[in-house]
Amino acid sequence: MSGIPHDHYEPKTGGEKWIHSRLPIVGLMYDTLMIPTPKNLNWMWIWGIVLTFCLALQIVTGIVLAMHYTPSTDAAFASVEHIMRNVNGGYMLRYLHMNGASLFFIAVYAHIFRGLYYGSYKAPREITWIIGMIIYLLMMATAFMGYVLPWGQMSFWGATVITGLFGAIPFIGDALQTLLLGGPAVDNATLNRFFSLHYLLPFVTAGLVILHIWAFHTTGNNNPTGVDVRRTSKEEAEKDTLPFWPYFVIKDLFALGVILVVFFAVVGFMPNYLGHPDNYIEANALATPAHIVPEWYFLPFYAILRAFTPDVWVVMFASFISGGIITAAFFGVVAMFAAIAVMAAVPWLDTSRVRSGRYRPMFKWWFWLFVIDFMVLMWVGAMPAEEPYNTIALIAATYWFAYFLVILPLLGVIEKPLTPPDTIEEDFNAHYAPKVGGTTTIVNPAE
Amino acid sequence: MNMFKATLLSAIIALASPAAFAAGEKGAPIENIDFSFDGPFGSYDVNQLQRGLQVYTEVCSACHGLKFVPLRTLGDDGGPMLPEEQVIEYSKQWEVFDAELDDFREATPVDHFPESGLETAPDLSLMAKKRKAFSGPYGLGINQLLYGFGGAEYIAALLQGYTGEEKTQAGVTLYENKYYEGGWLSMGPPLDDDWVEYADGSSTSLQAMSEDVAAFLMWTAEPKMGDRKQAGFAGVLFLTLLSVLLYLTNKRLWATVKNKK
Repeated sequence: MSGIPHDHYEPKTGGEKWIHSRLPIVGLMYDTLMIPTPKNLNWMWIWGIVLTFCLALQIVTGIVLAMHYTPSTDAAFASVEHIMRNVNGGYMLRYLHMNGASLFFIAVYAHIFRGLYYGSYKAPREITWIIGMIIYLLMMATAFMGYVLPWGQMSFWGATVITGLFGAIPFIGDALQTLLLGGPAVDNATLNRFFSLHYLLPFVTAGLVILHIWAFHTTGNNNPTGVDVRRTSKEEAEKDTLPFWPYFVIKDLFALGVILVVFFAVVGFMPNYLGHPDNYIEANALATPAHIVPEWYFLPFYAILRAFTPDVWVVMFASFISGGIITAAFFGVVAMFAAIAVMAAVPWLDTSRVRSGRYRPMFKWWFWLFVIDFMVLMWVGAMPAEEPYNTIALIAATYWFAYFLVILPLLGVIEKPLTPPDTIEEDFNAHYAPKVGGTTTIVNPAE
Repeated sequence: MNMFKATLLSAIIALASPAAFAAGEKGAPIENIDFSFDGPFGSYDVNQLQRGLQVYTEVCSACHGLKFVPLRTLGDDGGPMLPEEQVIEYSKQWEVFDAELDDFREATPVDHFPESGLETAPDLSLMAKKRKAFSGPYGLGINQLLYGFGGAEYIAALLQGYTGEEKTQAGVTLYENKYYEGGWLSMGPPLDDDWVEYADGSSTSLQAMSEDVAAFLMWTAEPKMGDRKQAGFAGVLFLTLLSVLLYLTNKRLWATVKNKK
């Protein structure tokens, strides 16, 4: 599977040969697990395992929750309380699932920013990146629909606001919104289709995760230097890499263990910390909450959505030249989706020939400003739509687009990058030099 | 590593930001009450829950229901822990609608508490989780780990927060309460000193009764809190141990690789 030369599975016994000549599944698993992995990967390369764990956790807890949940507007809220009170361990399942969504998004944001910093999206990993972006979109859709299921006040009003966005699309908006909702407003039909899709999409995601892994197993992992593994021979490749098992499996599991300590502390001791108290009030179409706030992981894009108010000149200009077809609401929707689209297009927007941000002195500053920008958007997304938050949101949203559309293309031309090391081995040895001299043999007292 | 630290910091900020939303809530700030169930090791005080149940039964239940709470759970461990006989006896005082009989009948422990008798009175089952009073320090909400999120404190404060002012608006009498968002609510002062007589001789001051009923309503909102904290504690302990072992394994595994030229 991998383009890096390495030992492949060889069936030895008669039984193994019998299976291997019919279905080489053991070989597939062996090659996947033993894939040569750059040995200089740092701790930012652990999020993939965390994400895989999250997907499994959400699917397993979700399937059991679905056994006890009732997708009907009359019974949904009560069935969640039934899970919390009467189902054995139900409170734990639900709190794990609820907070598992947050862990999922923390991990995915860390994973994405890791990719953006080390240039993991650059050739030849564009397809890995694009599939990753699709997975991220599916995650958001799944999380949004899942949040509607408990049928609390924020579920209902969040669904009303977000599906309303689609209604802002000219010409087809109303029809699209009706299709999404299954009627003129958020109601029983909405709840049922959201439940159905909330159950379906994680399995689509799981399929895409396999493609994502397949793609980067073909190109090989990126690494902090961005330098390619030497592939001329197996011996050369072995100087730059170590097999995934056991070196990276154990390392990743250790990182996962530490993260899960924090996760279990949150689930056990403050499970409603990340939730909104209004969602413990049953949905009521007649009482609008004072502030409708999405879950934290949507806030940056919610901020971009709201940043383009009717008094912003680009919005007025767009409205003018389109003869009023492009309203501020529609402009906001386009901006929100475009914010993700430009991120997906980054392999073709970043013109620098140096892959890793480690060797790009100017890029570093702009990158960290971009991370701060993301945080600012998250914060401002939680604030009411008034001054000074509107202006802050507009500036932050502008930087988001400027980073991808102006800064990254220009930096590749302007910037004078440092010289990366020739090989991964060189980088690794610079960090872990032999303890005494260069030629001494290592004495291991344990042996 | 630099990148990792920064990401960790970002994750903390991300985790902390939602708690910051609550910062702008109106109404007087809610003071923390040192409840027995606060903090990672806190648990409900059975006597306090029983007293709170009494306040609910004698006062609140006139208007407010607890429709999500099964009566049998009054006997559960970690709850008011009434003996089985008492749960059966207690249940008899409620009337529930039976669809099979098409009529009302005496409740049994398998039934739930009734719904609110007064249509405008909210159900109290989850009241203690509908309000988030604590979001400090700096709006990060980390203090919830030690104080809880303040729903029980809010209930206790509200019961004691009446200023004595009244006004009539569109034929409805409203009462001023310094802790209520908006300042005026249609519930009159529901409780006052010595309205209830406790069998155990505990204080029946307004403050003591308010705290008792607030604790009881925290239990109705989160009846499995004890089990949850125990599970959380076991999880944290087990995973810490596992992480230490994995750390040592990892260190040993990489030791040979890291020193090799």
